[in-house]
Amino acid sequence: MARRVKLILQAAAVLVVASLVVLLGWQVARQEEGRGLAASLERGERPLAPQLEFDTLDDDGTIRLSDYRGKAVVLNFWASWCEPCKKEAPLLQEAWERYRDDGLVVLGIDAQDFRSDAREFVERYGLTYPIAYDGNGASLGRFGNTGFPETWFMGRDGRLVGEHIVGEFDREQLEENVRAALGTTR
Amino acid sequence: MRRLAVVLAVALLAAACGGGDDETPTLAELEKQFICPTCQTTLELSNAPVADRMRAFIRERIAAGDSESEISDALVAQFGEGVLAAPPKEGFNLLAWVLPLAGGAVAIGALAVALRRWSRARAEPASDAAPSANGRPPLDPELERRLDEELARFDG
Repeated sequence: MARRVKLILQAAAVLVVASLVVLLGWQVARQEEGRGLAASLERGERPLAPQLEFDTLDDDGTIRLSDYRGKAVVLNFWASWCEPCKKEAPLLQEAWERYRDDGLVVLGIDAQDFRSDAREFVERYGLTYPIAYDGNGASLGRFGNTGFPETWFMGRDGRLVGEHIVGEFDREQLEENVRAALGTTR
Repeated sequence: MRRLAVVLAVALLAAACGGGDDETPTLAELEKQFICPTCQTTLELSNAPVADRMRAFIRERIAAGDSESEISDALVAQFGEGVLAAPPKEGFNLLAWVLPLAGGAVAIGALAVALRRWSRARAEPASDAAPSANGRPPLDPELERRLDEELARFDG
């Protein structure tokens, strides 16, 4: 009887340790997925964008990246407390107005921010493109982002294209990458 | 032994369920309880812009008379549970408090049992062998046989 109890306890201990190892492996694999995206783009490859789902900033629905298949998408990660984001916002709005009829979507992903601050930001800069809200910043790790702002470009086929821009971009850089995204086919 | 187990169990419960005073908190107290989401340190150690904004939010809420738990709930609603420096003492998160304490208690218990067995084993040597003439534990039979052989060779 005592031997059976000992055996059960040993099995339980092994199970607990095995689950912890699996959990750790899963976490590391997810982090590596994000880090791998930028490296993959630099090698000239076109990795699939992570399939993410967000609440809208106004909390009236959800935004799935998969919903944008067939569109070229600018994914701009920002926060209201981020200074360079203030300079980028008008350029993103301009690109949205100029290229939306060609199939471009600008998606702002507000992360690690107060929802109310983000709404004020959107109002102040007159942003009309879709804004997703990711308060806890869960999406940042999926893309391997390390700060704000960071910008990615997704082609019509759901694959990343062009540059991964870390920090503030300028008008030419945005134009060039928007054209690369619009040039992709579904 | 049983008494020790009861004392440990009571201590575990007290540690897991303790805390939770809802009097008006201070900024210095709360800065230790929340994590800056961009730098992953407590607010008191962070000078990131988002940490400044969170401090301003906490000051506003304190001035408005909010309790610690109300402020905590508001921050969790914005930034998720990852903003808490320690997991909440409820639901599944309670495990994070109880498991290390329970693990420690089990380890102490196992050590106590092992020490007890060990000291008992030392106090009660193999009882089936007759003690030697000098009162010390008898020699290992194999060692005794080799010793006899050596002595016989020496005498011869």
